[in-house]
Amino acid sequence: MNLARFAAHLRENRLAYIYIIPSFLVLGFVVIYPFVYNMVISFSNMSLSHFRDWQLTGFDQYLRVFREKIFYLLFLKTLGWTFINVFFHVVIGVALALLLNRPLPGRAIFRTLLILPWAVPQYITALTWRGMFNYEYGYINLLLKNVFGLPPIQWLSDPVGAFAAATITNIWLGFPFMMVIALGGLQSIPKELYEAADVDGAKPWRQFWTITAPLLKPVMVPAISLGVIWTFNNFNVIWLVSDGGKPADSTHILVSFVYRQVFNYYSYGYGAALSIVIFLMLLLFSINFIRRTRATEGVY
Amino acid sequence: MARLEKTTPLWKYVLIYTVLIAVTVITVFPILLVFGISLRPGNMLWTTDLSPIPANATFDAYRTIFYEKPFFRWLLNSSLVSFMVTVVGVSLASTAGYAFSRYKFVGRDAGMIALIATQMFPVTMLLLPLFLMLIKLKVYDTFLGLVIAYSATALPFCIWQMKGYYDTIPFSLEEAAAIDGCSKFKIFYQIVLPLAAPALVITALFSFMSAWSEYLVAAVILIDKRLYTLPLGLKQFQSNFDTEWGLYAAGAVIVCIPVVALFLFLSRWLISGLTLGSVKG
Repeated sequence: MNLARFAAHLRENRLAYIYIIPSFLVLGFVVIYPFVYNMVISFSNMSLSHFRDWQLTGFDQYLRVFREKIFYLLFLKTLGWTFINVFFHVVIGVALALLLNRPLPGRAIFRTLLILPWAVPQYITALTWRGMFNYEYGYINLLLKNVFGLPPIQWLSDPVGAFAAATITNIWLGFPFMMVIALGGLQSIPKELYEAADVDGAKPWRQFWTITAPLLKPVMVPAISLGVIWTFNNFNVIWLVSDGGKPADSTHILVSFVYRQVFNYYSYGYGAALSIVIFLMLLLFSINFIRRTRATEGVY
Repeated sequence: MARLEKTTPLWKYVLIYTVLIAVTVITVFPILLVFGISLRPGNMLWTTDLSPIPANATFDAYRTIFYEKPFFRWLLNSSLVSFMVTVVGVSLASTAGYAFSRYKFVGRDAGMIALIATQMFPVTMLLLPLFLMLIKLKVYDTFLGLVIAYSATALPFCIWQMKGYYDTIPFSLEEAAAIDGCSKFKIFYQIVLPLAAPALVITALFSFMSAWSEYLVAAVILIDKRLYTLPLGLKQFQSNFDTEWGLYAAGAVIVCIPVVALFLFLSRWLISGLTLGSVKG
């Protein structure tokens, strides 16, 4: 494109640029500048002892990331966390959507009550469940003891228990999103397909895998990808349920570990490098997703 | 009201309802429990009683947070910040979304992808530079810094959502108006914007909620206790599990009521807004 044509293009789309500039100014300020800055720090030795006199040290921080065993442990743990959560979100969400996608007295009431966890602010969910997991007075142990006659579980003072507690909390708060998306998807599937399948004598199970699942896929794939990104980076639940990774920093996923390194141990360079690594992993995952759903295609 | 289908056997309905009721109980229970705890008298906080709503319920905790704790101040702070974020979010997203929907300008696709990419940034990656920058600009520990940060977190989703909705509004309306001599800005302002009202409502709700419910950024940016927003205040209560569990619960109930009410009221539009873009895909 030569300069004259570019100027003409600018004139023709002047309004478009005027419309997007304020948004991108704000985003540039809060997202893009910090991103670049973070990139620079990740190649430096910035820390509490080198806060003002930091220097570029090349790939040192990245080498440290990949040399230390903790990265691989946390990576596997984060993958597990993401997989378990998204798996249950999708299975519970789709199952409920299938149950609700039929004429059923009281359907609207169920639907309303079932999206409640999505409406409650995440930090309240996390803090409330933390209270419910309290060893002595938490409701869950009381239920186990008094109703099921089971011994109480050391939820928050045991690494496995704390991780399980955070996972249960996150499953509770995440399934409504998938349910809502699946309901929307189910409503767009033509009824005639099922009628035809009935005529052919296809059993419900077969109908699910041959009609419902493939037609739900285009709606669910973007939602699942988004769910993966959100869960992978979900700081709130892990941090607030385990009160900052307790016991003894054993309850971390990658994001909460970075937060600890940066804001409690002041390892700025190291934390920045780790952040970039997380971002690149999610970017690789998402490029795959954008390509598959072609989400950027407009209407014309 | 929907009616049962005659062709489906009764046992199937029994099964469906059993599952639905069981899941609904698990879903609603924690919320009900918070409400119950907020009604417990002070000497019953450490109860091993199983009934969610206590026998001798009292509104003492509500009285305490309003009269003896700075809860009202947090409420005011959060309302102010959320309101400003809503205004910024709606005005910026409605215009940017329109540009992405209607114009084929250079950088359009890159811009849309950049918006998605921002969702992949781990929050920790932005926090530290943001923190250092706000200190430099002297808006650290102020609402202005918080409003800018929140608007930016809400914008990408809001722009996408607005664009998706504009895409469904037929182009022919604008062409007709242009033939009648309407200016481009007037077309957007007087014709398209009113038609996009449902999407604007969702954008407003989303912007509001992203400010009303945010904990982490506020924890990093705000130091002055007088500026604390609700999440910071409630976290304080919750940290003292022994003494202030009831106060936390009362605060949580008050925080939840407006957002939950809005959310449920608007959920119908929310659902169509979210699935629209992806169905068209």
